[in-house]
Amino acid sequence: MRVLDALLPWAALVVMLLAQWLIFVVVPTEAQMGIVQRIFYFHVPAAWATFLCFFVVAGASAVYLWKGSRAADRLALASAEVGVLFCTLVLVTGPIWARPIWGVWWTWDPRLTMTVILWAIYAGYLMLRAFGGADEAVARYAAVLGIVGVLDIPVIRVSVRLLHGIHPAVLTTKEGGSGLTDPMMRTTLYVASLAMLLLAAWLVALRVRTARLEAEVVGLRRELDHV
Amino acid sequence: MSAPAILARGLRRDFGGVAVLARVDLTVEPGELLVLLGPNGAGKTTLLRVLATLLRPSGGTLQVFGEDASRRSPATRRLIGHVGHESACYPDLSGRENLEFYAGLYDVPNAEDRIAELLRWSGLEAAARRPVRVYSRGMTQRLALARALLHGPELLLLDEPFSGLDPAAAQRLQSLLAELARAGHAIVLSTHDVERVAAVATRIAILHRGSIAWSRQGAADPVVLAASYEAVVMGRA
Amino acid sequence: MWRGVLTVLEKDLRIEWRTKESLASFVVLGVLLVVIFSVAIDPSPQDAPRLAPAVLWAAFVFTGLLGIQRGFVLERENDCLGGLLASPLDPAVLYLGKLAANVVLLAVMQALVLPLVAVLLHAEMARVLPALIVVLLLGNLGFAALATLFAAMTVRARAREVMLPVLLLPLLVPVLIGGVKATEAALRGGFGAAVGALGVLVAFDAIFVVAGVLLFEQVIRD
Repeated sequence: MRVLDALLPWAALVVMLLAQWLIFVVVPTEAQMGIVQRIFYFHVPAAWATFLCFFVVAGASAVYLWKGSRAADRLALASAEVGVLFCTLVLVTGPIWARPIWGVWWTWDPRLTMTVILWAIYAGYLMLRAFGGADEAVARYAAVLGIVGVLDIPVIRVSVRLLHGIHPAVLTTKEGGSGLTDPMMRTTLYVASLAMLLLAAWLVALRVRTARLEAEVVGLRRELDHV
Repeated sequence: MSAPAILARGLRRDFGGVAVLARVDLTVEPGELLVLLGPNGAGKTTLLRVLATLLRPSGGTLQVFGEDASRRSPATRRLIGHVGHESACYPDLSGRENLEFYAGLYDVPNAEDRIAELLRWSGLEAAARRPVRVYSRGMTQRLALARALLHGPELLLLDEPFSGLDPAAAQRLQSLLAELARAGHAIVLSTHDVERVAAVATRIAILHRGSIAWSRQGAADPVVLAASYEAVVMGRA
Repeated sequence: MWRGVLTVLEKDLRIEWRTKESLASFVVLGVLLVVIFSVAIDPSPQDAPRLAPAVLWAAFVFTGLLGIQRGFVLERENDCLGGLLASPLDPAVLYLGKLAANVVLLAVMQALVLPLVAVLLHAEMARVLPALIVVLLLGNLGFAALATLFAAMTVRARAREVMLPVLLLPLLVPVLIGGVKATEAALRGGFGAAVGALGVLVAFDAIFVVAGVLLFEQVIRD
């Protein structure tokens, strides 16, 4: 764990710098959308990082419910926080990309709709943690929510496709965006994704460490109170 | 050789970081009537709830009739009857309806007869059809006791069962408890009414700051008991 | 096991019938919400029927959210929950009993909201009533499955009235979308187009009733 803690920030930094170089210097400008398309290399990796975080929340929650491991509980909380962070990133970069291309800040495109709902679910998770009450039961409640959230994802995905109001142009342009023409685009996407994932992993590791230290402090304080 | 009703070792229970139960070692055999004394906040209510498997201990082990209490098997729970500070009876249902509900939950055989018997014992026959909401404190307490006794539990855990009872009802309860203990049931009760229980107890223990500070076999002379109590509580204060 | 479910269900419904507390709030809220939505949107008589499904489901979801706490608030008095937990009753059975009680009460509410929407928004619902009932019940079950689970969690929380909707609303989006789309299809006369929506509702129900049964113990124990 220590090795990981030490290596992660450096790995994240190096890959992120590499990604930036690729995104802004190397990769060719996309034909249809122009320079703005480069946001794609932030938007999509952020989305992948979000999904990974939320799956970790579910997994850690399941372990916590099954084994009672406090470490798993801390991991769930950390992943939820980082997941919401990256989800916010997705929701911010999306409109920035959309405005010049589609002329609107927002549309109820299935993917966007789903991202908003996902954000709301895990923001709710954080709210539950914060306001759910002082006792230890809250960790269990949050774990149940973490699992339910992930179970809901496929159902939400299918249901939002039932909504209309999708501009066909939007869909194909988005799809077109991932039908990457130049192989360098694919490489850039992968590097950028790796960079985001490493960044997410590092932030989660930091947050887990903070949570562990917080718990230690609380424990020490109690010990002192009883002396 | 049958298992003891309760076998607790090193029981601990934390609430928000404070250890309400610190280290409780306790063995209760069938036929024992153990009385728990202790100042408020000593942990009597918590201990009884842990023994009733309502609360999970934060540490230590607990076996009820030989079975690990953390498994919380229905069979074990069927053997336990618990009365806490609150009656666990629905205020909008009548006394009879409450008993019928619990009879259903516990699968009590001959439910009708058993309910009638307990309504008679608790003196609630007349009020049986009225909603619990209108019951007096004493009536509610008697209903709670009837509820706990309904399924004939082998282990009775009673938290201040005499509170709210008039002398006649208290006497009836005292007799019933003595009878149940003689019949081989195990009873653990907490109380502030030392005199009443001194006569029927087979063992008396004082709970102080989350662990058992003093324990004595056999019925006790109330005066001696009161002195020991003061010594324990003041001495450790 | 089913006897346990029935015991809990019967007890809950009997208490409801005595107090009529939740029933009253469900009904009044349901009516109120339909009226408020209708007034706020203020559709022209031609447009109104098109809005009926949306108003129906929005009113249903919000009314349901406000009334669903009942099942666990009633257990807090006199520590009745302690009585349930100390009994041999399996927590999963308790969940199913509470779920059943919620489904029944929600159905009563739906039965009142539906004709109200039909009348206020001039929607022709009589012809397709059986289909509508099916859709409403499917949505009802899915809603209740999650709401029963979460109501047990939030009953002791700070800001409990806000916490439950905050947690449940995003999770219930499939019920909302599926319900509205299926209702729209039913009103247009053909369930054919609604296969996707119905599928969503059925899948949601299946997943979350099972999830509720498995996870409820985690939520209810101490």
